[in-house]
Amino acid sequence: MSQAERHPVSAPDFMPMPELQATQLTRLQQIVGRAFDNVKLFRQRMDERGLKPANLRSLDDIRRLPFTVKADLRDTYPYGLFASPMRDVVRLHASSGTTGKPIVVAYTKADVEVWASVMLRTFAACGLHSGDIIQNAYGYGLFTGGLGAHYGAEALGATVIPISGGNTERQLMVLKDFGVTAICCTPSYFLHLIDHAQTLGINVKDLPLRAGVFGAEPWTENMRQRIEAGSGIKAYDIYGLSEIIGPGVASECSAQCGLHIFEDHFLPEIIDPKTLEPVPDGAEGELVLTTLSKQAMPMIRYRTRDITAFITEPCPCGRTIRRIQRIGRRSDDMVIIRGVNIFPSQIEAALLRVEGTLPHYQIVLTRVADLDQMEVQVEVTSAVFSDEIRVLEELQKKLVHSIEIITGVRVAVRLVAPKSIQRSEGKAKRVIDQRTL
Amino acid sequence: MKIHQLSVFLENKPGQLRMPCDALAKAGINIVTLSLADTEQFGILRLIVEDWAKAKTVLEAAGCIVKLTEVLAIELADKPGGMARILDLVDRAGLNIEYMYAFTEKRADKGVLVFRFADPDAALKVLRNEGVNIVSPVKLLNRA
Repeated sequence: MSQAERHPVSAPDFMPMPELQATQLTRLQQIVGRAFDNVKLFRQRMDERGLKPANLRSLDDIRRLPFTVKADLRDTYPYGLFASPMRDVVRLHASSGTTGKPIVVAYTKADVEVWASVMLRTFAACGLHSGDIIQNAYGYGLFTGGLGAHYGAEALGATVIPISGGNTERQLMVLKDFGVTAICCTPSYFLHLIDHAQTLGINVKDLPLRAGVFGAEPWTENMRQRIEAGSGIKAYDIYGLSEIIGPGVASECSAQCGLHIFEDHFLPEIIDPKTLEPVPDGAEGELVLTTLSKQAMPMIRYRTRDITAFITEPCPCGRTIRRIQRIGRRSDDMVIIRGVNIFPSQIEAALLRVEGTLPHYQIVLTRVADLDQMEVQVEVTSAVFSDEIRVLEELQKKLVHSIEIITGVRVAVRLVAPKSIQRSEGKAKRVIDQRTL
Repeated sequence: MKIHQLSVFLENKPGQLRMPCDALAKAGINIVTLSLADTEQFGILRLIVEDWAKAKTVLEAAGCIVKLTEVLAIELADKPGGMARILDLVDRAGLNIEYMYAFTEKRADKGVLVFRFADPDAALKVLRNEGVNIVSPVKLLNRA
């Protein structure tokens, strides 16, 4: 345990279990009361079950509470799940939803402070401290990644370079010239950066860069080894989602073995996605999170769709907060590409907008030069077929544009011959993932 | 006289051209002429065949997306300046060509230009008035 990891703000990471659980219970009772008093949908669901916040007497009682799912955010778009009046909301972010409308999340001033503190704890767990120069290549904007990492890094006392995503050559110039010691981005983008550095004759191993804080997409142990071998840095996995707060829900530590959940703010459960019952400790299941301190938008038992398991052994780093295994897959068909969530239903909505009817389509994911690529293959129909190239190219452009409007990501669209996409008997296989992580 | 042309969507990958050609061969339909337009990802096969209605049925049954378009076939002497003269007429009449292709004849010393105009009827009227030799479907098929 280095001194640097023991930032005072990180104290809750090392709290004795009974103390932590007492904090969790107090906060859970408060937040459930807050949601009950202010969020209509939650109150209705509690009423249906004949439950009152006062029924919560132990942490185990959380199992009696209703779940929240992504569709609830969509159905109450934009502000229906807010528990604070707008005058108390100081920030909104949005992430892509399932049918074209984004999902809107809100923060009070206190929420923004909690967010900065959990991101500070994330950076501290990754061995960063004041004096570090952090290149933040997560996207700034509605996406929670950029600003989430930004305020955490500032709170840590580090120097933040808010470069945002994209523009590889400029990223490399800054990386090389600014004395950068740590970088935040998606792991696939960092692999792309080190490969591109090579073509420019820059050896990342010669730079002061020593740590990468990587998240917003699933990645594997193999990829970590490639990154570390190719760049000479330590690569850390972090986890978060906008519905809960953004980045800062969980983070690896110096042990690089599982992610510690900042469970004084986010109470984790792992359930069987079919029976909705808790799985035995250490078994795989769907991660369910309850925000314990979020004022503007409390999430009670939010089903993340991410599959993981608790790691039951104590962590060598000394943190008492529980660890989960790194997340490699999800229980639904959501695709994460360049840090953005995309659902096949969004692609459908985009195709429908252009063509009026839904053509047969398929989403093909590949990884080219370590960057995730998504191609939407669309079968040409008689209705849209023209014998002029120009008209077909126009159609292709419209489809690309429509998908970009709905998902926020520019992807390739390929027009393919009729019947060339395999038909399935049951549920159509919409996503073909050819990425080898 | 306008000529019926069939356009077929093709993906730009090996083997794609063969399927429609096989289907036509099996049905005993002769191709008078064809042209291929392509981009990086896809192409359009444009066909003039003996029996366009039957060919369309055959191709659609084989799973092709087929579009029927009207084109004009113009016969001209196979010698320098022939095409330039036609294009001059087209320009002066303000006719818009979507695309065109050409082929020469086997026996006679003639060439045939196939035009897809934005407005085939207007083009037909103008060119006929100018005395251009517009080939009828029957004649076009007989010479193949």
